Amino acid sequence: MKAARVLAWIVVAVVCALALAANWLAPDGYAKQFREVPGSPPSKAHILGTDDVGRDRFARLLYGTRISLLLAPAAAFVSTALAALIGGLAGYLGGIWLKIARAATDLFLSLPWLFLLITVRALLPLNVSPLVSVLITFLILGLLGWAASARVLSTSASALRNSDFVLQARAAGLHGPRLFLVHVLPNLKPVLYAQFWISIPVFILSEANLGILGLGVAEPLPSWGSLLRELEGLISFREEPWRLVPLLLLIVVMTSFQALLSQEEVTA
Amino acid sequence: MNGRQTNSRTSALSFRAKRGICSSILCLIILSFCAFAQNGGELHFCLRTEPKTFDPLLVDEDASLSIRYLTGGVLARVNRQTQALEPELAESWKVSADSRQITFKLRHGLSFSDGTPFSSADVAYTMQRAMDPALHSSAGDSFRSGTGNVVTKTPSPDQISIIFPAPIVGLDRLFDQVSIMSSHSPKKEKAVLGPFMVADYKPGSSVRLERNPFYWKKDPQGRRLPYLDAIVLDIQPNRDVEMLRFKRGELDLINVLDTDYYDRLASTSPQLVHDAGPSLDSDFLWFNQVASAPIPDYKKAWFRSTNFRRAVSAAINREDISRVVYNGHAQPAVGPISPANKLWFNSSLKPEAHNPQTALDRLKADGFQMRDGALFDKTGNRVEFSIVTNAGAKARERMAVLIQEDLGKIGMKVNLVTLDFPSLLERISQKFNYEAAMLGFRNVDLDPNGQMNIWLSSAENHAWNPQQKAPETAWEAEIDKLMRAQASTSDMKKRKQSFDRVQAIVYEQAPFIYLVNQDALSAVSAAVAGANPGILHPQTFWNAERLTLNGTASARR
Repeated sequence: MKAARVLAWIVVAVVCALALAANWLAPDGYAKQFREVPGSPPSKAHILGTDDVGRDRFARLLYGTRISLLLAPAAAFVSTALAALIGGLAGYLGGIWLKIARAATDLFLSLPWLFLLITVRALLPLNVSPLVSVLITFLILGLLGWAASARVLSTSASALRNSDFVLQARAAGLHGPRLFLVHVLPNLKPVLYAQFWISIPVFILSEANLGILGLGVAEPLPSWGSLLRELEGLISFREEPWRLVPLLLLIVVMTSFQALLSQEEVTA
Repeated sequence: MNGRQTNSRTSALSFRAKRGICSSILCLIILSFCAFAQNGGELHFCLRTEPKTFDPLLVDEDASLSIRYLTGGVLARVNRQTQALEPELAESWKVSADSRQITFKLRHGLSFSDGTPFSSADVAYTMQRAMDPALHSSAGDSFRSGTGNVVTKTPSPDQISIIFPAPIVGLDRLFDQVSIMSSHSPKKEKAVLGPFMVADYKPGSSVRLERNPFYWKKDPQGRRLPYLDAIVLDIQPNRDVEMLRFKRGELDLINVLDTDYYDRLASTSPQLVHDAGPSLDSDFLWFNQVASAPIPDYKKAWFRSTNFRRAVSAAINREDISRVVYNGHAQPAVGPISPANKLWFNSSLKPEAHNPQTALDRLKADGFQMRDGALFDKTGNRVEFSIVTNAGAKARERMAVLIQEDLGKIGMKVNLVTLDFPSLLERISQKFNYEAAMLGFRNVDLDPNGQMNIWLSSAENHAWNPQQKAPETAWEAEIDKLMRAQASTSDMKKRKQSFDRVQAIVYEQAPFIYLVNQDALSAVSAAVAGANPGILHPQTFWNAERLTLNGTASARR
């Protein structure tokens, strides 16, 4: 198990390093169009070939990895923080607060998210740069994705509220925010970590889904979502197997993220 | 002996009689089998958007147009193969010498799909409704050649005269777009005279058309048309899914096939794909010039500048679009008329050559300046705008990516936005909350009169600035005048001169920046018999009433 975690760390580190080195590894950038060779197979000049408008697939993969690996954890951080605030606090306070928080989480969980995301995306201003569009997309995902984590956290916080050490802290005169921040929140850490790591692949896949609908990251900026979108028209894997590389990378990175969870976090 | 002979003769006769009866039965079985093979079955294909309306007079997009074609009965129909005008509900017609009046002799004894009888009153009702300015009917716009009301005279149930306030040349061909509605059926637009009728509509899912039991046409053998029992139109915006379903045999037709799928399908099943050559359809880009649009004033000033639009046009590399996006199954477009339309195309015009320097010179004339690779207007605003197009249209999205890079070379920052089609339509036709848009028009008529609803400044489909009370620019006023003039003379030479000038103005002013005319590509399953794809809409099912399906279609489904 430990070996698997080490391997996972190595994989994530290598992928992150490659993504960060995109400027050196693919100096032509992700947007340059080699219009003489659109849709070409791998060659010395383009090791993963070119896409339908002649852009280097390898460059787009590196830059896309940078964007998805940077912003998906950021979105996961936002959603986990919201979940800790809403679910953790409601669980700790209990009573009517817990009921309100659970009603809100149930409502959020029952909404048709895909359609809601499409609607929200369509309502946004049109004239935003690709970079802003990607930030907006992940921010929306982060802001809307807290409900499932909040439910888990409220249950865990509820259990902690009546625990012996919290009672003792109360008896010692601690109460209010200090009691929550010093005694409850640290004990929610394993759950928070677990929720954070679980959220990252969920957000990457959500962005990929939006990308497949043409509503994710705006052109010409690549993301894993927009790269996976190229697989839409792939009829046979044997014809152009190099087009599967983004999918394989996504699978490897997601598996690595799962392997990074400790036993304690998995249990949590 | 005699008795035996008699008996044997009797049995011989009886044997012959039995053999005759058996043969007759066999023939009947074979004949009925043939008849059965010619009839029945459900044809399946996809609509790529939700139909906006079932009212035949309000149709202005592809999905509703297809449904109108299949359900609507018209007085005369342009044959999509020969391009000749053929009688339908009207047996004959006569256009007056001054092209202001047309008199139809209608077929006798026809009924709408709900059994209500068809008469000249229905034609009069349809024309009055189409010409009602409050309705904004695109079918009606084609008849607007002058101010004043349309007068209809119905001397008998089988005869009608329609008198227009001003001459309209090519008048008879315009009736190809006018589906006759019942004046008194309780089913309103659902009572139709075409081969099929709308039986079921599941929003977001499908439209089911069933055979019109009262359809009047018969084949040469006297069998009532259409042969098909039903047509199921699945609403499927995703072309990949459409293609996969076609390959699985769940769909029988792809009316307009994307280039990459054409090439892939051609490599494995060349007998299923059809390239009918350059089509009348075009893809184009336009800027929002609506005065009340919720966009900054300085951007409105750019979009209203001819130099700005022409600069954008010169910066776009159309050859690359044809080659990269369409794999050569397209050619650079010149204007509103495709070179495929040999009669009306203005051959003196050539596609705008790709020349970034010309583009920059035009921009400089308007005070634009390049600084550090970015373009600024004379008041210091960075030139940045968004182009909206519909999500899921791969070719159009690729074109947009190429245009984004082409315009980047002259310092323009272009943001691409793909929206679902209803949101896009709402923005470009109701709220006008967009800066530039890229779409395509599906031309259904060779005659320029069919484009009156685009070029008249008062028209709803005058996309860059629709429904103007009076033309806002001199060149739009000139187009209005020329379009009305060409529609008001029967002198073909004069008409051609007028419309050549319209094409020249559109070329000079670039309200629409035409990109490419793509080839008419389609796919027809081997299960469909009688299909003969052409370049006019609807390419594959223009003869839907005569299409038949063999047994493999239903077996696969």
